[in-house]
Amino acid sequence: MPAKVSMCLAFPGKVISIDGDFAKVDFGEGTAREGINVSLVDVNLGQYVLVHAGYAIQVMDEDEAQKTLSYWREILAYEQEFEQTSR
Amino acid sequence: MSSLSILDGYRDAELAKRLERRIHRLSQEIGRKIMIMHVCGSHEWTITHHGVRSLLPENVEVRAGPGCPVCVTPAADIDAAVDLALGGRTVLTYGDMSRARGSKQSLAEAKTLGGDVRIVYSVHDAVKMAKSLPEKDFVFFAVGFETTAPATAYEILEEPPSNLRFLTSYRYVPSAVQAVSRSPELRVDAFINAGHASTITGMKAYKTCFDECRKPMVFSGFEPLDVLISVAMVLTQIRNNEPKMENEYTRSVTWEGNVKAQQTMEKAFDLREGYWRGVATIPNSALDLKPEFSYLDAREHYSLAHKSASAEFVKDARCADVIIGKIDPPECPLYMKECTPLGPLGPTMVSSEGTCKIWADHKIVSAMRCRV
Repeated sequence: MPAKVSMCLAFPGKVISIDGDFAKVDFGEGTAREGINVSLVDVNLGQYVLVHAGYAIQVMDEDEAQKTLSYWREILAYEQEFEQTSR
Repeated sequence: MSSLSILDGYRDAELAKRLERRIHRLSQEIGRKIMIMHVCGSHEWTITHHGVRSLLPENVEVRAGPGCPVCVTPAADIDAAVDLALGGRTVLTYGDMSRARGSKQSLAEAKTLGGDVRIVYSVHDAVKMAKSLPEKDFVFFAVGFETTAPATAYEILEEPPSNLRFLTSYRYVPSAVQAVSRSPELRVDAFINAGHASTITGMKAYKTCFDECRKPMVFSGFEPLDVLISVAMVLTQIRNNEPKMENEYTRSVTWEGNVKAQQTMEKAFDLREGYWRGVATIPNSALDLKPEFSYLDAREHYSLAHKSASAEFVKDARCADVIIGKIDPPECPLYMKECTPLGPLGPTMVSSEGTCKIWADHKIVSAMRCRV
């Protein structure tokens, strides 16, 4: 998580422990942060949250993240195949 | 951040190339100039940093609109914060905000003149600091969009310490998008909407605006592939002549949004008319403290003036035109001459979400308008 804080920048991270209103969140690449306020969301251990200025503002849907990508992969792969066969 | 499994694949170069081809084909089928506006500084960063514009066809442009909270914070509010700091109060704010000038000074400059100005990462830090130093008077200069406002609302409802007051300057994006969509001068063809602001409000907050303007609206994430997919979605809608509200950022944005955050925000703030620096006064675009929390309102407590007729920007600077998306930064006569990231003259060169700062950091010196 960069030290520079900008207003709309938010980072996804995985909740690795919860203590009341606060959680420890793993942002990947060896960066974890304690004291993230999770009162604005209903989150469980192991879920991804979107963190903005010290507060989790959303529980992220991991399946949806992969669904969007595989949907586009599929239609673009089909398109490429079509292009190649029609050449 | 790329090691997080939730983002795996959102920087896949092969998929990017295929999307590029699809975007080019769609643009040929459309055969006219298309201007897509986004309204978020983080989108501008992704687009510039990853060179997304260089992948776009000649007749398709993605332009930055009013998506930088620091940039649109009125000079009068910065002046008020500076006066409070120089008058013996401890002013707390975010890093970017401290360096943006009002009509005369920035909070950082007030600090060099002896004012007590401290940078915080979150409103919770402000609460902790005020609790630990009960003999001092603290003012939290609360700026941002609806992405940031719920956290402050939460702390306000949790009864903050009595030595902490709030100078709020929150702005609400859906009303700004509506104002921009009505502009005959900008002629926006479609919108890429801010993924994090709309994570809070949900897509539903843009329904009135969409019903009125009938322009394609795609709610987008912040990885380079998110933006390319969003452009492809916009162009598909235009080609099919089927404008709709479409969600690309399904891992975070929903139709309803974060209802818990909305309810928290609604308990503390009312939507009122708000001034966007250099842009316009826009109805229902400011999140102001509700009357029952006036005891926490720094404006009430210190009898601060609500408006000032002070100059908005330095002479010849075209910050306002950059904020609204009327010009690209290099079209301002001061860009990278008198005004640089090391010596910024306007807020768009200060904030990491300001278009000038982002372009300057990436050494872009020529405009990138549609080339046809």
